[in-house]
Amino acid sequence: MDANAAKLIGAGIACLGMGGAGIGVGLIFGNYLSGALRNPAAAGAQFTNALIGAALAEGLGIFSLVVALLLLFVK
Amino acid sequence: MVNDPIHQFRIHNIFGPWNIFGFEIGFTNSNLFMGIIVAVITGFLLLTARKGSLVPGRLQSVGEMWYGLIHNMVDNVLGEEGMAFFPLVFSLFSFVLVANMLGMFPYFFTVTSHVIVTASLAVFVVALVIVVGIAKHGLGWFRLFVPHGVPMAILPFISLIEIISFLSRPISLGLRLFGNMLAGHIVLKVFAGFVVSLVALGLGGIIGSLAPLLMAVALTALEFLVAALQAFVFAILTCVYLNDALHPSH
Repeated sequence: MDANAAKLIGAGIACLGMGGAGIGVGLIFGNYLSGALRNPAAAGAQFTNALIGAALAEGLGIFSLVVALLLLFVK
Repeated sequence: MVNDPIHQFRIHNIFGPWNIFGFEIGFTNSNLFMGIIVAVITGFLLLTARKGSLVPGRLQSVGEMWYGLIHNMVDNVLGEEGMAFFPLVFSLFSFVLVANMLGMFPYFFTVTSHVIVTASLAVFVVALVIVVGIAKHGLGWFRLFVPHGVPMAILPFISLIEIISFLSRPISLGLRLFGNMLAGHIVLKVFAGFVVSLVALGLGGIIGSLAPLLMAVALTALEFLVAALQAFVFAILTCVYLNDALHPSH
């Protein structure tokens, strides 16, 4: 297998990492929603924390996307 | 016209390269857009503060909301003594927000889509945390890496892990913003390319090109959200990291 083909396959495999990021972000907002439905008054104060947590979790998925893009576009 | 998704990130000189101390330095499109960012921020804030009425009108409210958002953020995370960092956090937030938003216009260059820009900002923030921490607490600042109530046996390993996770902060802070901007713009250009490719295929293609066009519209809306959210996350993580400089304890 030549190097370019291996790079393309590696880029595809690297994109699987974003599945974990999707699950992570869904967990954060799912927990935020279930908590907000139990205690709506306290929900607004925690929305900022939910956004921070979601951005941190999504960041790791973006790192795997960066690896994929590196494999695709950097000679 | 080149239509691959990478061409948009190319940096080219607008005013030709000059040889300064052996380095080839020119005024690039990235420099131009950084200048535009500063002009937009300064001009907009001056415009909103022009009237200075006690009960703000619509335009002044925008400036006040912008100021108030960051003021509340710094106040909540850092407290009173952290207000000294308010100008820095405001500048970082405004720069990243306007840089991301300017990149949403067609044919404009996204300054934050280059890792050198975002990594520079992130490394600056973490270096500031270290400098302020040591300046304020002396060598006692390093107790940030020695958590409370850990058994002596595993303390060296825990400290090593804490140090490594601290050193990963500039990497994650810079890469998060860079990755979001890069990926967002590549995906937008790829879907735009699909529209062009389908239209070239005749009437069926023109009708079929509606799908990637609608997807591109949805993605643009998502990209606006991501642009604002990433600026906000950069600012609030800066505040959280600066809190470690002012109050080093675990």
